[in-house]
Amino acid sequence: MKLNLLKSMIVMSALVALVLAFTPRHCAAQWAQAPSTSAFSIPTSAQIQPEDLNRMLSAKGADKPLVLQVGSRVLFAQAHIAGSEYAGPGSQQEGLDRIKTRVQKLPKNTLIVIYCGCCPWNRCPNMGPAYKQLIDMGFTRVKALYMATNLGTDWAEKGYPVASGE
Amino acid sequence: MFGALLTALSLAVAGEAAGAFPGAQMQGTGGTLNVGQALVNKRAPEFARKALDGSTVDLKSYRGKIVLLDFWATWCAPCLVEMPTFAQWQKEYGLKGLAVIGVSMDDDEATARKAVNKLKPGYAIVMGDAKLGTLYGGVMGLPLIFLIDEDGVVRARFQGETDPKAIESAIKRLLNRQ
Repeated sequence: MKLNLLKSMIVMSALVALVLAFTPRHCAAQWAQAPSTSAFSIPTSAQIQPEDLNRMLSAKGADKPLVLQVGSRVLFAQAHIAGSEYAGPGSQQEGLDRIKTRVQKLPKNTLIVIYCGCCPWNRCPNMGPAYKQLIDMGFTRVKALYMATNLGTDWAEKGYPVASGE
Repeated sequence: MFGALLTALSLAVAGEAAGAFPGAQMQGTGGTLNVGQALVNKRAPEFARKALDGSTVDLKSYRGKIVLLDFWATWCAPCLVEMPTFAQWQKEYGLKGLAVIGVSMDDDEATARKAVNKLKPGYAIVMGDAKLGTLYGGVMGLPLIFLIDEDGVVRARFQGETDPKAIESAIKRLLNRQ
């Protein structure tokens, strides 16, 4: 009986090792503590889904957030969430300075939503640093718009409002 | 019991592999590959731009070739992973009629130039902008790839990280049609 138990444990260990070997890197990254440069460093509780942001922006008389795009300027000029402002790129110091300049005079309980949508969430170099910048500045209501794939797939193709131009 | 576990594991791995490339949604119809949105099966918007190496890239002059038009940027990690593959395809399929054109969506040329000098892709790279992106239906995320046939018609669009095998398969089908 003990031999059967040992055999089962060996088989299960081998199966787990096989699963880990085939697990894509981006999934493995979710298990380890993510560096602050990664979008994975943003806690789930600070993330907001596209449908919820759209509902928030569409609601009449509600507390509207300041929405900041913290990615590429070229992509912003071409298409961005209607009403959002450009304040990027979060992966570079000039972008972090742009964020700081935009928000430094605002009350610390201002509702701020940041987004990028340049590429898949698990690859985004901009969201993590931008989020950290705002938290380090003492803002208490910062949300990160979770877009799994990009702005096109997760926002525009769902019919949510898009604007263009700088 | 072992057989059932192995089957379950195989299904889980296959499912993950399928989900890892969300950009590839293809269906073939009589040799024409319908992928993505409005531009497919329509004439590719024309443009002429100066490439980073000083030459002029005029899409009209590529008639007779299969064009892989790659919208990329230096901050797009999947784009940088793809570029050596495209460089390899340019070498392998160039004589058969493939031409790769890269369109950098970086905010400044210096950044793109630095990356290109390092990567040495071996194909033309031009700077993109909001105008060119809008012409191509809106570049709302990278990578974004179009395959344009010898008559200048868009035959496939790949949005996001895509299995290179899917793109290569589409290229081969278009090359074989010529």
